[in-house]
Amino acid sequence: MNDDLRELYQEVILDHNKRPRNRGRIEVPTAEADGHNPLCGDQVHVTLHTKDGLIDAIAFEGQGCAISTASASLMTEAVKGKTVEEAEAIFREFQSMVTSPDDAGEHVDLGSLVALAGVREFPVRIKCATLPWHTLHAALAGERKVSTE
Amino acid sequence: MQTVDRKLIDAAIRDQFPILATKVHGKPLTYLDNAATSQKPRFVIDALDRYWTGQNSNVHRGVHYLSQLATLEFDNARESVRRLLGAAEADEVVFTKGCTEGINLVASGLVHGSGDLRLGAGDAILVSTQEHHSNIVPWQLAAERTGARVIPIPITDDGEIQLDAYLDLLKTARPKLVAVKHVCNALGTINPIKWMIEQAHAYGALVLIDGAQAGPHLRINVQDLDADFYTLSCHKIYAPTGVGVLYGKRPLLESLPPYQGGGDMIRTVSFEGTTYAGIPAKFEAGTPNIAGAIGLGKSVEWLEQLGGGSLDSAFSAIEAHEAALRSEAEAILAAIPGVRIVGTARDKAGIVSFTMESAHPHDIGTILDSEGIAIRAGHHCCMPLMTRFGIPATARASFALYNTMEEVERLESAVRKVQEMFA
Repeated sequence: MNDDLRELYQEVILDHNKRPRNRGRIEVPTAEADGHNPLCGDQVHVTLHTKDGLIDAIAFEGQGCAISTASASLMTEAVKGKTVEEAEAIFREFQSMVTSPDDAGEHVDLGSLVALAGVREFPVRIKCATLPWHTLHAALAGERKVSTE
Repeated sequence: MQTVDRKLIDAAIRDQFPILATKVHGKPLTYLDNAATSQKPRFVIDALDRYWTGQNSNVHRGVHYLSQLATLEFDNARESVRRLLGAAEADEVVFTKGCTEGINLVASGLVHGSGDLRLGAGDAILVSTQEHHSNIVPWQLAAERTGARVIPIPITDDGEIQLDAYLDLLKTARPKLVAVKHVCNALGTINPIKWMIEQAHAYGALVLIDGAQAGPHLRINVQDLDADFYTLSCHKIYAPTGVGVLYGKRPLLESLPPYQGGGDMIRTVSFEGTTYAGIPAKFEAGTPNIAGAIGLGKSVEWLEQLGGGSLDSAFSAIEAHEAALRSEAEAILAAIPGVRIVGTARDKAGIVSFTMESAHPHDIGTILDSEGIAIRAGHHCCMPLMTRFGIPATARASFALYNTMEEVERLESAVRKVQEMFA
């Protein structure tokens, strides 16, 4: 196995794939959206609840590869308890990390999300990692559906 | 007989395919994505080089030396394809830009045609649940434009067309057309098309066979099959991309209206009225993919050489070789815990689709790639089929005549690595 692959499928990714956190649905969400990657068939549904601009509950469900499942799971952990603005800032920083690692970015602390940095060596898999984030972004923007093509 | 034939194919055949010497991530390339596209033999690559360096010209319109040369080669290619298909005459071979365009050409013809060759409100078109999107969507478009209906023929859990349901649909829906694959790209099922065509004809339906996956693997004879239309994807038959073939019986092609207007498809043009060329030119508006067609003709010649002058011998050897690879691959993959083979028809071509309990097909694909192994992971442009099996995608290994048992073993050990990693 080569180093890039080890970097991609590191323990935290395999763990979140096997035991996804916050999997399911928020019963009374204030926002939700469906994400779909028509190229590979990955689907994710994100429901969340905000109060006074704070994301106090978030869950995801759907089917996808290890990268998209782990990314969705890590995302829910990263944004829970954050304000909508903070969540959007993490989204931008995350996107910058997996697509253009040389960009200065906003230097938001990504915490355990850095486990997904290895995906940038696998261009065809980047959308697997960003699909849950685009879905969250769509939900926060009041859009119900998002598609990555 | 089979053992003698199989000797036509040994590991030395790999030397004829330059790309097979490629290293991927430092490992030898194991190319098992042949159902997506095949690699090209030196014989075809050299012919293309000769064309671009010594024969390039437009066809059917110049009196000069090069144009005559290119026209001759282009016409020879059509004759080679006639032999590949077992068609009665070369004029029944229409060059298209791919298998998909061939199907769209017929679908469009049935929208704009007349008499029996015109779809009307309520007319039924039968397609199978196995179909590739390219043999579903053109019919849906035709149905939208005419009020016709597209009806799926159900399949069994093994991935075979349900023949009793097919007969019922022929009786009750009285379809104008049946459109099915010869070989399923996602499952490998070889459909009993000769029998299906016979039954369809008994009920007055026309039949289009999508031969995209049959072309490289099976000896085709459109006359013996009695197919009304038959389409080929040529880049899967060791030829370049951008060229396909539509075969149609002469009276049908003559009755179908033109597909696109332009140069080469006319007899005379005037503002009072234009008359069209005969077949196949009527369907080949504009400058064709000359190099692609010539490359296809050369791939047929190459297959003939492989068979000692006989396509029958060549395909008999290919079928035996690929069947051995496929059954070995199925046996060793099925023995790995959590692996499920999707598509267990009795009659299959060299395609093995599988899923793993612990790993998604895209993860399988990425990990196999790191071992130099190219497979396809996804829905294979067969979303209704994936829905039928209740899965989003499969991993698919597909074989060609240059694959070896050693490559099947590499596939096994890589899939075992996936299994360990995700266990």
